[in-house]
Amino acid sequence: MSLHQHTLTELKTLLDGGDISSRELTDYFLARIERFDGELNSFVTVTAEQARSEADAADVLRGKGEAGLLNGLPIAHKDIFCTNGVRTSCGSRMLDNFISPYDATVVKKMRAAGAVMLGKTNMDEFAMGSSNETSFYGPVKNPWDLSRVPGGSSGGSAAAVAARLAPAATGTDTGGSIRQPAALTGITGLKPTYGTVSRWGMIAFASSLDQAGPMAQSAADCALLLQSMVGHDDKDSTSLNRPVDNYLADLDKPLAGLTVGLPEEFFPASLDARIAELTRETARELERQGAKVVSVSLPSVKLSVPAYYVIAPAEASSNLSRFDGVRYGYRCQDPVDLMDLYKRSRSEGFGDEVQRRILVGTYALSHGYYDAYYLRAQKVRRLISDDFARAFEKADVILGPTSPEVAFPLGAKKDDPVTMYMADVFTIAVNLAGLPALSMPAGMIDGLPAGVQLVGNYFREGQILNVAHRYQQATDWHRQAPAFGGEQ
Amino acid sequence: MAIDQDTVMKVAHLARLHVSSEQSAALAGRLSDILNMVDELASADVDQIAPLAHPLDVSQPLRADIAEPADLRDRVLPLAAASEGGCFLVPRVIE
Repeated sequence: MSLHQHTLTELKTLLDGGDISSRELTDYFLARIERFDGELNSFVTVTAEQARSEADAADVLRGKGEAGLLNGLPIAHKDIFCTNGVRTSCGSRMLDNFISPYDATVVKKMRAAGAVMLGKTNMDEFAMGSSNETSFYGPVKNPWDLSRVPGGSSGGSAAAVAARLAPAATGTDTGGSIRQPAALTGITGLKPTYGTVSRWGMIAFASSLDQAGPMAQSAADCALLLQSMVGHDDKDSTSLNRPVDNYLADLDKPLAGLTVGLPEEFFPASLDARIAELTRETARELERQGAKVVSVSLPSVKLSVPAYYVIAPAEASSNLSRFDGVRYGYRCQDPVDLMDLYKRSRSEGFGDEVQRRILVGTYALSHGYYDAYYLRAQKVRRLISDDFARAFEKADVILGPTSPEVAFPLGAKKDDPVTMYMADVFTIAVNLAGLPALSMPAGMIDGLPAGVQLVGNYFREGQILNVAHRYQQATDWHRQAPAFGGEQ
Repeated sequence: MAIDQDTVMKVAHLARLHVSSEQSAALAGRLSDILNMVDELASADVDQIAPLAHPLDVSQPLRADIAEPADLRDRVLPLAAASEGGCFLVPRVIE
């Protein structure tokens, strides 16, 4: 078995057993990136030199018996996380020249746990997209079929893990940006409960929805990564101050006594019958392991896409007002006055989709429209949250499809924003309610992976990781890898 | 709700985005598509519902009010397109 075919957990065992050094592992993955990423475009920046020196340092620490949880394991960071001394572009021309002067808390914590950073992954510009086609650096290709999208916005992280160019990566999820690309590339990805992972140094899109999380081959890998990412941070005022859970302890717990809820609203008549069937088959597998399956109802989730496309653009229009061409980022040539400097720097620095969302958000927040749009959307948000609360009275976890379809062709929806927005129809409600959710591969359709989503109650990341891990012990969808790159 | 080109230009100014009159026609169409989709919100009965700002309904915690040295100037100013004497440079505002 080649090194890249191993999961992160298996690589950790190899490192811990002294079978391989971090330097060897890091060189191995850097060589794969060098060889294969030209076709995928999953990385914006490869930090080879820094990775080698971090790997050497990890090997020294291990020799001294001071290895942290992720010691020596190479990972990639989505280019939305600030990395000290390394370009942090957020997929935008606006930040193409931005060398961050500090590390995001997530980066700092994972570095402290011993992780080695291979580089920064491509993404939709400012995380606004579901296909990775809005990136200033060009689209990422899906390694299962290079003519198709990997999903978005964490498309670079998903493609890199799926093509085994990195054993794991970080992502962020505002409306599905970890789970949808995980589903479209056949990997496992988790969005934690809002407030569990610090947002400090993670470039803000919609502050009341954004959460960072892990993306890897398996649920066990995600548990390992999440363990090193969580914890209270004084620097993020929405970071929750509560004890850190142990996500690894209950991974193997049997599923007897578990109740799985299937929301009827996640199986509309218009849903691809094959996606509906593989989701139901996942439920049957959990039943075989002792879980009970019940029907639940989330009547207000049908309003989640409209509510999201008020709340997220409104918050984005406010967050992105900091990009003014003055303090950092892109500045236009020869501005005639300050207003010209602001306007041209922003319209030349931001791409079309980002500008559209800023305009929608500005409109929704403008005088006379606030009550009709933003306030109403925030009220609908409570209806959605209340639906989930009622469903969790009947079920421990909720199961449904992650995405209404498998990876679609590049360009298929690029010019039709509203159709593109529907790619996140099953994932958005979870962000509005702030719940944890995971996507895992659960079948193949026409040679492309399809994912299912497990939603947990607040702070039940451990439980959905446990359910996913048990599922992955009985099935091998998560071990399927694209033919891309071959065996070597 | 459909929005017209004049509204697009007005909102673009509020958002400090440069939009040409040619672009505003196409943008009015795109933004109207999005707003039409969003208008579905009007169907919800939310009269008695309180808005939800934080998913966990927690209030903002406060940290101790202690000043920390912020000696960032030397690291931050080089990120700007133009700076001089420890300040950011912008086009003249006051004649």
